Amino acid sequence: MMLAAARALVVRDLTLLWRRRGDALQPALFALLVVVLFALALGAEPAALARAAPAVLWLAVLLAGLLALDTLFRGDAEDGSLDQWLLAPVPLPWLVLVRTAMHWATTALPLLLATPLLAEMMQLPPRQLPVLMASLALGTPVLSLLGAVVAALTVGMRRAGILVALLALPLYVPVLVFGAGSVAAAAQGLDPTGALLLLGAGLALALPLAPLAAAAAIRISQS
Amino acid sequence: MPDAPSASAPLLDVRGLGFARDDLPLFGPLDFSVEAGEALLVQGGNGAGKTTLLRVLAGLLDGGRGEVRLRGVPAAAAARAGQVAYLGHLPGLKADLGAVENLEYLCGLLGRREGVEIDRALAIVGLAGYEDAPARNLSAGQRRRLALARLWLSPARLWLLDEPYANLDLPGIELVNRMVRAHLDDGGGALVTTHGAYAAPPVRTRLLQLERAA
Repeated sequence: MMLAAARALVVRDLTLLWRRRGDALQPALFALLVVVLFALALGAEPAALARAAPAVLWLAVLLAGLLALDTLFRGDAEDGSLDQWLLAPVPLPWLVLVRTAMHWATTALPLLLATPLLAEMMQLPPRQLPVLMASLALGTPVLSLLGAVVAALTVGMRRAGILVALLALPLYVPVLVFGAGSVAAAAQGLDPTGALLLLGAGLALALPLAPLAAAAAIRISQS
Repeated sequence: MPDAPSASAPLLDVRGLGFARDDLPLFGPLDFSVEAGEALLVQGGNGAGKTTLLRVLAGLLDGGRGEVRLRGVPAAAAARAGQVAYLGHLPGLKADLGAVENLEYLCGLLGRREGVEIDRALAIVGLAGYEDAPARNLSAGQRRRLALARLWLSPARLWLLDEPYANLDLPGIELVNRMVRAHLDDGGGALVTTHGAYAAPPVRTRLLQLERAA
């Protein structure tokens, strides 16, 4: 039953993504824009670019995720789909988790795959790339999960707009600090394992807790 | 065994159900029950609390007082999910998905009644030939018919229909009545809200009149 519901949700989200593929590309294009503008603004000095690269790449991915956050539950709230989620014979946190995983797979995962290219653009030394990829792979799911809580909290409002960003940013700061920090540490020849492990711990905590919190917020918003 | 579901117990039994919004009582306390094969017609003017009553019964709205039993088993709000089918003002359809895609998704989410096919349900509600039409291209009445097809596919025995006649033409109203009758003949139950202007389904019906709280 839970797998059937998850499958139905995944098929629906992928179909909708394909129908609106122009919209779906927006976060990725936005991240590309940020990186390109940074690269141009910092000029043709490879050393400066390489120093700023971890922070810029992390920021680009984070902001792109933030851009897509408001759509996580809003569409489903406006057409009454959330009512049917609440009536489904499966736990609401499970549906929230599946929806959030789809959100991550459609916004963060393409960026993750494009990261080697973007890193090249920012002159990131090749030996730091694995650390950057690892930090993004561990950090972006945490961003999506924390973002789901914020999106669920604001889904009852007609236009959440900047409020989503204001609520999400303080939650995102630790992830950004450890994520970009791990690459910066590797750049200085330090061991990035500590920061990566902390990101992993954050993911292990957010994975069960964030869907519960988001589901509670959705339940409140629908009443 | 007071807590085992029993065939003789009413599908839905409500005792002392009341709901207050911001400490202002909206309705209740209400006592009523719906037996299998029976429809309860909930009547009342605008703002009398018909939709709220249905949302409380569906478990979408928490904070109601009183006790709700399904087949004799006390069911808290969250436990009622999966046992009732709810047709509200919002049809819960994705505008970019076709009719069949919408129904496939909703069946995956909510479950599907044994032996009912999606094509058959579409034909019953008069949407044969619209299988691939995106919901955004359907008229309001056709979208409501699509929502009725979802209801027809639902495995739940208790239907909660909020203004099911809205947006429907005369054959559509006849369709709702026919569907309710078939559902009741099958041993199901239904709660139907209406503000009173439409004909009631020609079935064994009880009436619950909601008055606006003074």
